[in-house]
Amino acid sequence: MTIRNPKDFWSGLLFLAVGGAAVLLAQKYKLGTAFKMGPGYFPTALGGLLALVGLLAIVRSFIRPGTALEPFHWRLLLMVTGSAVLFGLLLRGAGLSVSVLVLALASSAASIYFRWRTALILAVGLIALSALLFVKGLGLPIPLIGTWFGG
Amino acid sequence: MELLANLALGFDTALTLHNLLYCFAGVLIGTLIGVLPGIGPVATIAMLLPVTFTLAPVSAMIMLAGIYYGAQYGGSTSAILINLPGEITSVATTLDGHAMAKQGRAGVALATAAIGSFVAGTISTFLLAAFAPPLAELALKFGPHEYFALMVLGLVASIVLAHGSLLRAVGMILLGLLLGLIGADVNSGALRFTFGIPELADGVGFVVAAMGMFGLGEIVRNLENEANRKQLVGRITTLMPTREDFRRMVGPILRGTFIGSALGILPGNGALLASFTSYSVEKKISKTPEQFGKGMIEGVAAPESANNAGAQTSFIPMLTLGIPSSPVMALMIGALIIQGIQPGPTVVTNQPALFWGIIVSMWIGNVFLLILNLPLIGLWVRMIMVPYHLLYPAILVFCAIGVYSLSNSTLDVHLMALFGVLGYVFAKLECEPAPMLLGFLLGPMMEEYLRRALTISRGDATTFLTRPISVSMLAMAVVVMVIVLLPAIRKTRDVAFKEEG
Repeated sequence: MTIRNPKDFWSGLLFLAVGGAAVLLAQKYKLGTAFKMGPGYFPTALGGLLALVGLLAIVRSFIRPGTALEPFHWRLLLMVTGSAVLFGLLLRGAGLSVSVLVLALASSAASIYFRWRTALILAVGLIALSALLFVKGLGLPIPLIGTWFGG
Repeated sequence: MELLANLALGFDTALTLHNLLYCFAGVLIGTLIGVLPGIGPVATIAMLLPVTFTLAPVSAMIMLAGIYYGAQYGGSTSAILINLPGEITSVATTLDGHAMAKQGRAGVALATAAIGSFVAGTISTFLLAAFAPPLAELALKFGPHEYFALMVLGLVASIVLAHGSLLRAVGMILLGLLLGLIGADVNSGALRFTFGIPELADGVGFVVAAMGMFGLGEIVRNLENEANRKQLVGRITTLMPTREDFRRMVGPILRGTFIGSALGILPGNGALLASFTSYSVEKKISKTPEQFGKGMIEGVAAPESANNAGAQTSFIPMLTLGIPSSPVMALMIGALIIQGIQPGPTVVTNQPALFWGIIVSMWIGNVFLLILNLPLIGLWVRMIMVPYHLLYPAILVFCAIGVYSLSNSTLDVHLMALFGVLGYVFAKLECEPAPMLLGFLLGPMMEEYLRRALTISRGDATTFLTRPISVSMLAMAVVVMVIVLLPAIRKTRDVAFKEEG
């Protein structure tokens, strides 16, 4: 048995896992009846259907050929999403200025055209712009300097 | 004439200096992000939602709508000049538009796209004005049965319009419906799938999911191909089409407008399907189909008219039924709810100034766009030249601050990152994000309508089949499903036959 359609196979596996997990988790909630649906009714039905679709996709992946998977660029994905996570972790403590600086620099580094100088200029510009637009203009309650630095 | 009185009310609302300004701002931002590949209307509107808190409802909607249809205009510019569609709905335009640019007719192609979009925008504004009110009146009679059936029909239609595998699109919808259930159950208050995180009791925000999947996921995919981003071809000399050009573009523009208006109403990305459909229609009826792809003006006029018409008629289900047909419309609904307006059939009668103001503003916006796009083309050309490595960190910063500001929650920023990973993985697996986001939004609504309908009928599921409107909508869903399955069945059999032989 060989996988002839990797896209079907992996998405099927994902659907099966999420659907199955949803059905299992939903057993903690009251099922009820069609007349008086409990909180577990709809999730159980949806999870079951999703698991079924996943199973069908897995079965089909062995029968019907499809195109190969393109390579995953995990490093790029990690750098872009990771810089957003860093922003979230730093925002309260370090304040908007530091977190925007980190977000802009860390994400810029993902580009093949990355240069420290241009990235720094860009980051400073973005700090000024976001302070002006979001904090001054829209009055969002985000401190520019966070509590870690006595802000 | 009631329609004329209504349009007059709309002009009164849209022509105030304040609203004209927001309309202009909307189409300007729309054109900008349309021109720039790698940022689309979903991420932009999501980022600007916090800005709309402070505006009057009608100004907010006028601006957001302008961003959406403005992006359709701008998308054609980069499609023609650098063979890279600024928006996915301009993919069909790259074929002949870029070929025209290579022949030194870039200006004519740009003018054709702008003229086609303007005509389409004008006609579809009138269609919207004519068809939305009767539809809203019909919708007033809808009970939970009808709404549930309508949502089933909508989700089925979004499967059809998704490109790629049908089965995976069904999976994406179900996944979206499930994700939509995260949080407290409206009926019992039971916390579902919250994993003990108190912030999740309100569910995962739609904007958070949309920005992650469309904003972050897109950035990573653009970075993969950073090395082979295309360069500008040719200089723009003359914008003015010749008489012969004008003669040739009339038919395609009208046919494109018609196809776009019809498909735009459907859920999913109707504007995308419309642009491809109208392109292939022109190719089929042309006397010289072999010339398509080599710079036929028809191949620019038709898809550009279709995507603009589709973008505008996609407002019909949102404004009349309160049901989103695409992620962009879902954000519009979100913006209305923030303003304290529950979208639905009552908006037409209770908020006539809002309803007609939005519709008329679309026509005014189209006039602005024509002015913005033709004389100012040089400005947009310079915009295209902004290197992506300076652009995406800015997009990320705005996404992150925008998501945080929705409810001052850093968890939302982290969830956005998570959805970014999901968006990237699903793109690699060729699973469409739009049906998932649609399901995500409809999940809790569908559960509620199903629950109410079944409670009324004491648990009898045949209740959906005994009411005329709900049964006809479910029948339509079945018919649509069967129609799309037919060629799929054929394809499977073809493959099987090949292997036997």
